[in-house]
Amino acid sequence: MNRGYFSRTGLVIGLAFLYLPILSMVVFSFNNSRLVTVWDVAHSPTLKWYVALLSNQPILRAAWLSIRVAASAATGAVVLGTLVGIVLARFGPFRGRTLLSAMTTAPLVMPEVITGLSLLLLFVALEQLIGWPRGRGMLTIILAHITFTMSYVAVVVQSRLAGFDESLEEAAMDLGARPVTVFFRITLPLIVPAIVSGWLLAFTISWDDVVVSQFVAGPASTTLPMVIFSKVRLGVSPDVNALATLMVLIVALGIVISSLWMHAMSKRRERESQLAIAANQ
Amino acid sequence: MQALGKHAGRRFVVAVPYLWLIMLFLIPFIIVFKISFSETRMAMPPYAPLIEWRDGAIVGIKLYFSNYSFLFTDRLYASAYLYSIKVAAVSTLWCLLIGYPMAYAIARSTAAWKNLLLMLIILPFWTSFLLRVYAWIGLLKSNGVINNVLLWLGVIHEPLTLMQTDFAVYVGIVYSYLPFMILPLYANLEKHDTTLLEAAADLGARPWRAFLRVTLPLSMPGILAGCLLVFIPAVGEYVIPSLLGRTDQLMIGRVLSDEFFANRDWPVASAVAILILGLLVVPIMLFQRVQKGELEARP
Repeated sequence: MNRGYFSRTGLVIGLAFLYLPILSMVVFSFNNSRLVTVWDVAHSPTLKWYVALLSNQPILRAAWLSIRVAASAATGAVVLGTLVGIVLARFGPFRGRTLLSAMTTAPLVMPEVITGLSLLLLFVALEQLIGWPRGRGMLTIILAHITFTMSYVAVVVQSRLAGFDESLEEAAMDLGARPVTVFFRITLPLIVPAIVSGWLLAFTISWDDVVVSQFVAGPASTTLPMVIFSKVRLGVSPDVNALATLMVLIVALGIVISSLWMHAMSKRRERESQLAIAANQ
Repeated sequence: MQALGKHAGRRFVVAVPYLWLIMLFLIPFIIVFKISFSETRMAMPPYAPLIEWRDGAIVGIKLYFSNYSFLFTDRLYASAYLYSIKVAAVSTLWCLLIGYPMAYAIARSTAAWKNLLLMLIILPFWTSFLLRVYAWIGLLKSNGVINNVLLWLGVIHEPLTLMQTDFAVYVGIVYSYLPFMILPLYANLEKHDTTLLEAAADLGARPWRAFLRVTLPLSMPGILAGCLLVFIPAVGEYVIPSLLGRTDQLMIGRVLSDEFFANRDWPVASAVAILILGLLVVPIMLFQRVQKGELEARP
């Protein structure tokens, strides 16, 4: 099949395109030369950029702020996004549904400069009107990040729920379970994987955001991407390569662990359902 | 869960995210719209109020259209606007050309490969977008990896200028947004009934003809979703052109940001935002329809 070869070659080239830049970043993080891309044979590989990175106070402070922002934003986004996902997947038609669904999908594609500008103008107007939020800083970054990451959670939860029909929930209701019980005993366990991946997704997007943060951050709150962005605008710098390598390493580890966990979970479910079938016979 | 509808709890579940989104998504746009008609002032906040109040009554409403007329008369804005559309369109096309064969190959591979390949597509997305764009500086600059390799191979004798070109921006956007093109395409291609292709082959269609007449038309919703997911954010892209792009030709997202931060002209920045939204409103609505069809089609 000609077409099979064609698309497979495309796939291999495409994957190389996706991974070679990351690989080059990793390789050059061990390079001794300040020029980054000129390999210093005599003194490489070296760990000196990692040492420099881990003693760079502004970067560490910014990273700690980013972790706190991303964790708070992801948690807020999971709560609100899960509600939206359930409402859109399970509540049937209601007045205002179209608006809710529009306000959920639009942030997925909205250019970041517009989101950032509009949220900043909101915070400024609010401060003028009611005196809150006083100034801008971590709180305003978190509020902004919740707003544009909750859509991702909503989409993940909604598509997970769309994969299950409502018969389980209806059966529980028929057996007399109250809606709250149905939610905690049936719906929530079904969407736990979606909630976990939604949280991770929201965390990653928040952790990575530079544009919206730049608009809504105050002078005292600089997130890690803001530090990186102002550094790399001036050109390449070897400690950023080291930072990138550490982040790739953490992500890769996280992915391996979570896929092993998912695998174990699905194995367990399989075994349980087989046991249940055996018990019924 | 229709019975839940009678419950007061349902109202609450709808109201909480609804109010949040109205407060932090909808109202901000109204404020941007309002400020785009304000006069710039040297104050904090640096714009004049539209509505003049005196003793609890409105005594006058002042709308300044000059922010917009300024944008339409100054050539800088029009060229940034058109350039952004061009960059977004070209990048979207490249994403489609590269992404389609990849999505196709994944959709037609065995189940075990499918999961692995999908993971490989999604994995870069989990690593920092900013750092992945940064990686291209190291590759593209005049003493960067690409030039060094080409010089070493003897293909070129002088370093090519790759950074701060249109090419660099295309590469950056295609690289960053490629997963957004592949995933909806894959989701669509995976659902196709392969017996249709067999039928076409039985009727004597060559593989390419079967592809053009059967697969391609069926994958239109996936193509549309992928293109919109790339095109819309690419128009307002700020980080990629700032790091890799030309300095003599700005994209509109950069113009907005410069007006806001460097010139502290909030009304003009707001007017730029409104013009970008005006351009994107149709694509965004189209995207919502595609997305709705995708999420609400039950298996």
